[in-house]
Amino acid sequence: MTDTAAPAADPRFESVDAVRERLRSVDYLSDEGIAGIVYLADRLGKPILVEGPAGTGKTQLAKSVAEITDARLIRLQCYEGLDESKALYEWNYKKQLLRIQASRNAEEQSGWEDIEDDIFSDDFLLTRPLLEAIRAEDPVVLLIDEVDRVEVETEALLLEILSDYQVSIPELGTVTARQIPLVFLTSNNTRELSEALKRRCLYLHVDYPDMDREREIVLTKVPGVGEALADEIARIVRSIRQLELKKAPSVSETLDWARTLVLLGVEHVDAETATGTLNILLKYQSDIAKAAKELSGDQPGPGRPAGSPGVTGR
Amino acid sequence: MTDAPATAEGVDSGPGDALVELLGGFVVELRQAGIPVSLTEHLDAADAVRCIPLDDREAFKYALAATMVKNHAHWRAFSTVFEVYFSLRGSEYALGDEEPGALPDDLEEGEGGPTGERPANRGGPGDALTPEELAQMLFQALLQGDDAMVRAMARQAVRRFAGMEPGRPVGGTYYLYRTLRNLDLEGMLERLVDQARSDAPEDLTQLEERLQHDEFEHRIDQLKQEIEAEIRRRLVADRGVEAMARTLRKPLPEDIDFMHASREEMISLRKALQPLARRLAVRLARKRRHGRKGPLDFRSTVRHSLSYGGVPAEPRFRYPRPSKPEIFVVADISGSVAAFARFTLHLVHAIASQFSRVRSFVFIDGIDEVTRFFEGTEDIVEAVHRVNTEADVVWVDGHSDYGHALEVFWQRWGTEIGPKTTVIILGDARNNYHASNSWVVKEVRHRARHVYWLNPEPRAYWDTGDSIVGEYGVHCDGTFECRNLRQLERFVDHLV
Repeated sequence: MTDTAAPAADPRFESVDAVRERLRSVDYLSDEGIAGIVYLADRLGKPILVEGPAGTGKTQLAKSVAEITDARLIRLQCYEGLDESKALYEWNYKKQLLRIQASRNAEEQSGWEDIEDDIFSDDFLLTRPLLEAIRAEDPVVLLIDEVDRVEVETEALLLEILSDYQVSIPELGTVTARQIPLVFLTSNNTRELSEALKRRCLYLHVDYPDMDREREIVLTKVPGVGEALADEIARIVRSIRQLELKKAPSVSETLDWARTLVLLGVEHVDAETATGTLNILLKYQSDIAKAAKELSGDQPGPGRPAGSPGVTGR
Repeated sequence: MTDAPATAEGVDSGPGDALVELLGGFVVELRQAGIPVSLTEHLDAADAVRCIPLDDREAFKYALAATMVKNHAHWRAFSTVFEVYFSLRGSEYALGDEEPGALPDDLEEGEGGPTGERPANRGGPGDALTPEELAQMLFQALLQGDDAMVRAMARQAVRRFAGMEPGRPVGGTYYLYRTLRNLDLEGMLERLVDQARSDAPEDLTQLEERLQHDEFEHRIDQLKQEIEAEIRRRLVADRGVEAMARTLRKPLPEDIDFMHASREEMISLRKALQPLARRLAVRLARKRRHGRKGPLDFRSTVRHSLSYGGVPAEPRFRYPRPSKPEIFVVADISGSVAAFARFTLHLVHAIASQFSRVRSFVFIDGIDEVTRFFEGTEDIVEAVHRVNTEADVVWVDGHSDYGHALEVFWQRWGTEIGPKTTVIILGDARNNYHASNSWVVKEVRHRARHVYWLNPEPRAYWDTGDSIVGEYGVHCDGTFECRNLRQLERFVDHLV
């Protein structure tokens, strides 16, 4: 508990609101939860595990935080089969071989130990993202993307870094971080992450934004969109998300849709335009059919009062 | 560091110890609700709350959640415990009973202040209002989306309609039900939509109307949440935190019992099912690919040995192609176990790609094949719905008759069971004292690769009353208790 003082020595953010404001300045609209946890991560010196459906801006969060802190973003994309030599470090075998050969050619008769010391030194080390983040002199943000894609065993590679910000290399010793980087791990939740990993992280679940926030996101991210249109877009997307779909539209898909509508010169979304461009929001044929049916109002939806269509008598 | 600015949340500017103690109690409460909180997480939480301003309730909540709740499915449970445990700590949360004129500002929104636009409406002890007036005010508030007003009305409604009596041992759901029944929110929704329609300058299109409808639905949902929160606050005041936390303890989605799930729990179950199916499919596919090597590929080994001068230095193996099982699901869909059957059918069909073929049969006292509903449609929810409405499963009286159903199954489809088939029978085996015909299961087992029986009842109830699961069980390769998603997931994992 006492070591909290160390990371707090030079906090990057003064307050939760400051985080929020600064994220907004780079067009990332956070909510109370997101900003609060970024702030905490900085104060406690802990990594953040960001989970949530695809396309809700998990990766973007890391990028935006890097931007507001003027830090370099180091990204490790995870995939099945990722191993130590791709994530942490690797010895440059070819260079080592050359070094041995060169010393033989030079006939300088250097001792075995000299060579051994020499070929296992920094010059022959290829740093991979994790080690690079640890050794960086300048401020960095480390993004470990889609961590759920690696096997459970590989997760163990990350543990030392995440808890102690250090990497042990048998031949060199332990490399400790010069400064504690902000670390983001993202996961699409295709499998449960191990307890050990979760325990070391702060947990942040990013969900689809509520309507107001989505409208603001559309307004900031899509040039040329009017208030009224953004409002309509956000409301339609909310309605669509309430349907039971294979894959609900993500924020990035909402933005794509908004851009399309702007390009098409649409100022007011009616049922026809909406159904005609649904394939940008939804990616499964069955979802599109379902949403089209709901939006065009062929059938009253499950929660709709029956008999409401066509009552507009006057 | 220890002298955090502790001013609110009941930590009356004391030393950090009070906070630590408070947090300790909270952790105990969380663990009892089923959320696993490790010691390190507890310590992290203690660190975290020192870094944030304690008078910011939302930030406080997020800090606790971020450090201790590492699974989104647990969020609801956490939230409930949090609301109960910290509901009365802090003066801002005093009950608004005595002075209805000065409603306490809710910290939750941080904007409760400017509600004074219509002081007349809320003036006086509030009892002066007739229920009709109250409904009318609520209607206006909902129509205009006035959050502060809606919140005030929620409190008023609870006071008026819930009829809460101190010390009365009833659960919060009872009060909630009473309040909601008096408010008639269904009718309210309809009136709101009508109002919006007549307010509109032109005719609303279908789409606009739908959007309006969704908007009002959303507002009414918020109202319900406010009402629930208010009831909870009052109950906590009445009975104390610990007792309240105990009665409000809700099972996590994966622990909800299929047979006794409430409607709300059903919804959360359905939500949990989709990601579960996806996770399961990924895991099963991975399991299939890894950890297996095919048999030695002799030809390839000899070919490659040529480059080593004929020495087979590098053995080659065939690409592993483990066979996928064919699945027959035979499910009882009579009332008591219908929900369980529905979930299992849903799950099995959602991961159908992991099997070579899935065929489903449903029965009550008659039996019908329902595979056709699932074929050619991508919408499993719809298919399951059609199973429930269209399948021909009633033979005589619509009471479970396992004996007859199994016999017909054997006669009509028995010959199609082959050595690659795995038969899964779902049901509680409550046979209403009909003949068991357990020889069918025995025959099926001879032909099939495996026969499993899944029973949604607790093991302790098996073979009591008219349950004859034991009679069938002896002929099965395994009988499994399957009361919740967790157990169901474990079984499916085992299956592949």
